[in-house]
Amino acid sequence: MKEPEKLERTKRQKWMSVLAKADTELLDTLWCELQDKPSWVNVRAPETGMVMVRGKAGGVGTTFNVGEMALTRATIRLDSGISGVAYVQGRSALKAEQSAVLDAMLQDDRYSAAIFKKVIKPLEEATKKQKFSAGKKAANTKVEFFTMVRGE
Amino acid sequence: MYVAVKGGDAAIENSQTLLAEERRGDKRVPELTLDQIKNQLSLSVDRVMAEGSLYDRDLAALAIKQARGDIVEAIFLLRAYRTTLPRFGNTVPVDTGKMQIRRRISATFKDLPGGQILGPSFDYTHRLLDFSLAKNSNAPLAKEASEDVLAEMPRVTELLNDEGLIEKEIDDNEQEPFDVTRNSLKFPASREARLQNLARGDEGFLLALAYSTQRGWGKTHPFAGEIRMGEVGVEIIPEELGFPIEVGEITVTECQMVNQFKGSATIPAQFTRGYGLTFGHNERKAMSMGILDRSLRSKELGEAVNAPAQDEEFVLSHSCNVEASGFVQHLKLPHYVDFQSELVTVRALRKASAFSEKNEDSTDSKNVEAAE
Repeated sequence: MKEPEKLERTKRQKWMSVLAKADTELLDTLWCELQDKPSWVNVRAPETGMVMVRGKAGGVGTTFNVGEMALTRATIRLDSGISGVAYVQGRSALKAEQSAVLDAMLQDDRYSAAIFKKVIKPLEEATKKQKFSAGKKAANTKVEFFTMVRGE
Repeated sequence: MYVAVKGGDAAIENSQTLLAEERRGDKRVPELTLDQIKNQLSLSVDRVMAEGSLYDRDLAALAIKQARGDIVEAIFLLRAYRTTLPRFGNTVPVDTGKMQIRRRISATFKDLPGGQILGPSFDYTHRLLDFSLAKNSNAPLAKEASEDVLAEMPRVTELLNDEGLIEKEIDDNEQEPFDVTRNSLKFPASREARLQNLARGDEGFLLALAYSTQRGWGKTHPFAGEIRMGEVGVEIIPEELGFPIEVGEITVTECQMVNQFKGSATIPAQFTRGYGLTFGHNERKAMSMGILDRSLRSKELGEAVNAPAQDEEFVLSHSCNVEASGFVQHLKLPHYVDFQSELVTVRALRKASAFSEKNEDSTDSKNVEAAE
């Protein structure tokens, strides 16, 4: 199995990841707050399925199948003709459709700046805050073991 | 063999209603919510996802509620559900080197880059019942250190690797890895097939076998080189996009076991490895898997194979608790015709042999007297 090339992530890869990992409720709130939304049609209606999660022996060796993860995908097309794609963890059709529309809007100059500011930034900040807190709580349990020499 | 029986509809329906009532329990007690299960029984959720072989916290919580907390039954429910979903593809292998660490310990090196992070662990608790939890506990909030943990913690096995003292793991798949959910297992099984089988195998079975080999039934006495737990990103490469995107994040536990190896004609003395990886936070399972991965490599390493934990057919054929509980519990199904035929056989055998029923009766009473 060849490793995919580790290239610098494009902006689109980054926002797709932010949307995929977003808290479903927070995304829905931000979505509902958006005033000016284009109309769209479903090219591929939201569908829930699975992907087989793979791992490597020792973290680096032989690839093996660990187990599956639930995933929902959707593809839409905006009135402008731009299409948007979403693959999001879990089984929320709503989240997948919203993410696909946002993916298209982020590619559309008419909306991209606003979506970055009103959706992507707040999602990123929420995740960052949660991660940072978890990391610092873990760091607070760092232990210094020392061994004692006994006898002479 | 069992023969289908008909009827019993009303009784079955009533039994299921009774089951539902028992599941709900005393109605004066508030009903459990899935959020409560996901948050407060999170390790049950983790186990159900790992052995149910489907990472979805909501579904695992639902399965636990439906199964009245019977974890193996919940695993069965999740396994059954996963067969109804289409598979969109495979992920890029998760990179545990980039894990967002919540726990990371090593029993082989005291001081290692990134440090030993205890995280949320039962290890140093006293295992005394905490009666304050019998009431609402008002759990304190954990304190935060000023700095985050190291972003990419080096693996302990890599530290040994630098000196060439441990065997190298080689990325050697020439084709798609074997999938035990799509193909039936054949022996000898490849390492990738063994690892998948163990990853979804029953925790209790794996634990007991790992214990057996530590006690001498196969002589695997390893070191826990490293155990880490935390979140890893999951990436896929959708066909229509052609580039990788991160589609989510999962919690996993990884265990790198390090074993001494005396060497052979072609390999110098070195350390060998056993690897465990499970969904969720489950060290007991990850460690047992690491021990068994290594013990199942006995043949490949030229060691004697004489214990159950080294016998891949024995281990891999009996690790699935859905299959195991199905086969054991199928004995509850009506076997009336089967049993009738055996009754006829046993009666015929007795008639044919020298024993008459009278004879046996008197023998029995003599035995009872002797025993008294």
